[in-house]
Amino acid sequence: MSLLTVSGSPHVHDKDNVTRIMRIVILAMLPAFLMSAWMFGMGAVKVFAVSIAACILFEWLIQKFLLKGKSTIGDYSAIVTGMLLAFNVPSNLPIWILIIGALIAIGIGKMSFGGLGKNPFNPALVGRVFLLISWPVQMTSWPKPLGIASPLTDVITGPTPLGILKESGNVVDAMGNPAMPDYVQMFTGQMAGSVGEISAIALLIGVAILLLTRVITWHIPVSMILGAVLFSGALWMVDPTMFVDPIFHLLTGGMLLGAFFMATDMVSSPMTKWGMLIFGFMIGVLTILIRTFGAYPEGVSFAILIMNAFVPLLNKIKPKRFGEEVKNG
Amino acid sequence: MLKTFKLGGVHPAENKLSEHKAIEAIEAPEKIYVPLGQNLGAPSVAIVQKGDKLKTGQLIAKGEAFISASLHSPVSGTVEKIDTHVDASGYRRDTIIINREGDEWEEGIDLSKDLIKEITASSEEIIEKVKACGIVGLGGATFPTHVKLMIPKDKKAEYLIINAVECEPYLTADHQLMLEKGDEILVGVQILMKAIKVDKAIIGIENNKPDAIEHMNKVASNFAGITIQGLKVKYPQGAEKQLIKACVNREVPSGKLPIEVGCVVQNVGTAFAVYEAVQKNKPLIERIVSVTGKNISKPSNFQARVGTPISLLLEKAGGMPEDTGKIINGGPMMGKAINSIDIPVTKGCSGILLMDKKEALRATEYNCVRCGRCTTVCPMGLEPFLLGLAGENLNWEIAEKENIMDCIECGSCQFTCPSGRPLLDNIRLGKYKVGQIIRNRKN
Ligand code: SF4
Ligand code: SF4
Repeated sequence: MSLLTVSGSPHVHDKDNVTRIMRIVILAMLPAFLMSAWMFGMGAVKVFAVSIAACILFEWLIQKFLLKGKSTIGDYSAIVTGMLLAFNVPSNLPIWILIIGALIAIGIGKMSFGGLGKNPFNPALVGRVFLLISWPVQMTSWPKPLGIASPLTDVITGPTPLGILKESGNVVDAMGNPAMPDYVQMFTGQMAGSVGEISAIALLIGVAILLLTRVITWHIPVSMILGAVLFSGALWMVDPTMFVDPIFHLLTGGMLLGAFFMATDMVSSPMTKWGMLIFGFMIGVLTILIRTFGAYPEGVSFAILIMNAFVPLLNKIKPKRFGEEVKNG
Repeated sequence: MLKTFKLGGVHPAENKLSEHKAIEAIEAPEKIYVPLGQNLGAPSVAIVQKGDKLKTGQLIAKGEAFISASLHSPVSGTVEKIDTHVDASGYRRDTIIINREGDEWEEGIDLSKDLIKEITASSEEIIEKVKACGIVGLGGATFPTHVKLMIPKDKKAEYLIINAVECEPYLTADHQLMLEKGDEILVGVQILMKAIKVDKAIIGIENNKPDAIEHMNKVASNFAGITIQGLKVKYPQGAEKQLIKACVNREVPSGKLPIEVGCVVQNVGTAFAVYEAVQKNKPLIERIVSVTGKNISKPSNFQARVGTPISLLLEKAGGMPEDTGKIINGGPMMGKAINSIDIPVTKGCSGILLMDKKEALRATEYNCVRCGRCTTVCPMGLEPFLLGLAGENLNWEIAEKENIMDCIECGSCQFTCPSGRPLLDNIRLGKYKVGQIIRNRKN
C-alpha cells in the first residue's frame, strides 16, 4: 500500500489564499488604472509598467542576494505594491525617480522587515512619502488630464484642486479660480492629480469588488470617510468661507484611494473590528487636519503612515471572549 | 425560528455524500480487535484470558477508574490473545483479539425490534445501567456517559440538550439514525431526562437536514417536554458550548462545564444507545459509521460491530481507491488521520473519510499577513495567530495569558487562514504544555 499522509486536523481548507487575495486586489485596481490611462494617456501607462516591473525586480533581487530565501514574487504582492506606488505619483514623474521610489518601497518598506506580512507600514506609501520629501517639485507637478492623446513629454501641468485651495487660503477665492473643476468633473476624474486617485467612480467600482469578494470588510473605509466627513463638516459649519465642504474633501486628492486601497492593507492595519474602526476614523480626522492646517495640501499618506505606527497599540484591543468571567466587584 | 451561536464560525463545504444511504449492518469478520482504551479517561481493565469462550454482549473489560467505561464482547467466540494492535492513535495498544464463532448472544438481551416506551427504571437505576452497558459519548468525544449524568450535589440541571447537529462535513451517521430510529431516540431522550431529573429537552438539528427536523418534530409530538430546535448551518455548532449558546442562549464560563449553566449535552447517537441499554439490556458493541470520500464508489452508512477492521468497511464501500492519500477517522475538521487500515472500529468512530493524494496536501504556507480572519472566525473569541505564534516560539507564558486552554480545537482558524499557517498544530502543542504547567503548579 502506498504511503498515507498523517497530519493534524483540520484536513480541509477554505479556497481563499494570499495569492487569490492579491489577484483580486489587482483586479479591483484595474478600473482606476484604465481611467487614468484614458485621462493621462501613455504617461500613466509608462509609470504603471515601470513601477510594477521595478517592484518585482527589486523584491526578486533582495530575496535572492540579500535574504537568500525562496523567491516570493509568486505571491503577487510586489505587483500590488508596484500598482499602488504608481497610483500615488504624477504621470509625468521622471522614470529614475520612480525607480528609486520602488526601491524604497520594496527594500525599506517591505523586505527590510522580513517581507510580506512583517512590514508595519504600507510599503507603497513609504516609497511615496520618501519621494515627496526628496523631490517635492517633481512629485507635485501634475499633468493636466488631456485624454488618451496626451504626449509622453512636455505635458502641460496644472495644480490639483487641493493645491488651488491651499494656494488661495480661502474657499471663496479657490472656487473662483477658473482652474478649479466642478464636482462632476471631480467625480469622473477630470482633474489634475496622481495616477490612481483622480476618478471616484473607478475607485468605487474597485472597492465594490473588494467588499463583494470579502477581501476587505467595510470597517476601515467607512470609518475613515466618516472621520473625514464629520471633522471637515464641523469646520465647514463654523466658517464656510474658510473651510471647504466635506464633499470636496471626499472627491479630491487621495481620500478615496487611501480609504479603499491603502488604509485597508491587511498587513499594516489592525486585526479586530474595534481596532479597525478607530484606525479608520483617526486617519480621516488626521487627513483633514493636515490638509486644513498643515504645510502640505494633501495629507492622506501621512495620516495612514501615522496610524500604521499605532497599529500595535490598537491590536491590544482584544476581541470579546466566549464565556469570559464577569468580574464581580 | 432558526437559531445559531453568535461568535465566529465557518462554512466548510458540506459534501454529505452518504446522505440518505440506509443503514446497512455488516457481518462481523472472523477476527475482531477490541482495544482496551476506547473512551476518554482511563483504559478499561481486561477480565478475560486467552482461551476464554465468549458470548456476544458479555462483559470482557471493566472500567475501574472514575472516568472509564466497560467493554463487552462484540461477537461470540474465543479469546485468541490479549496483545498489542495498532489503533487510531497510530500506536500499538493493548487489545483483546477474538476469533468469532457464530453470533450467540448473552442471555437477557432483547434483540426484538419492538419499541418499549414505558420507562420503569429510576434515575439511579438508569445511571447504573448506562454504566454497566459501557455507554460513552458517541459524537466522537467518547466521554463516559454515566459520569456526565451524575449531577454534582450543589448543581441542578435544567435542560437536556441533544446534539443532532452533525456539523462536520461528510458525516451522515446521526442524520440517518434519526430518520430510521426516531422513536427509539426519543425514548432514549426521555430516559436521559429522567436520569438527570429535568422536564425540558431540546434536540438541536441544523437545517441542512430538513427531513430529519420534520420527522423528529412529528415523533416528538408524542413525547412531553421535548422540543426540536432547527439551527442555521454553521461550524462548529456541534461543540458543546456553542450548541448550548445556540439553543438556550447561555454562555458556559471559561474553564467550566455545561452544568454551570444548568445544561447537560448528549449526542443523539448516545440517546439511541441509552435506549438500547436501558430498555433492551443491550451493551454498546456496535455503532453507525459513515464511510465516505469523493473517490469512494459507494459512500455508505454502516452498522458495524466494535472491533471490525476498517479495511472491511472500505471493502464493503467499493474498495479503497488507488490514489488514496489520507484516511481520516472522523470528520475533516476534527478527525484524526490514521496510518493503517488495520485499525478497528471503536466506540468513538463516527466516520471514515478518504481523501485522494491532492486533497491530502495542505494549503501553501505564507507569512502571516495579519488579516485577522482567524480572530474573526474563532468561536471562542481567541486570537489564534497569537496562540500559534506562542506555540512556534515555545512561549508558554503568552500562550497561557492569551487563554490557550479555552481553545476547543475546532480548526476554524486554520481552515480560514489565507496564509495556510499551521495554527492548530502549534496551538495543540501549546495546550499540552500549558496544561502540564497548570497541573504542576497545583501539585
Ligand atoms: S481551533 Fe481553537 S483557536 Fe482555532 S478557531 Fe477553534 S477554538 Fe479558536
Ligand atoms: S488568518 Fe492567518 S494570515 Fe490571517 S491573521 Fe490569522 S494567522 Fe495571520
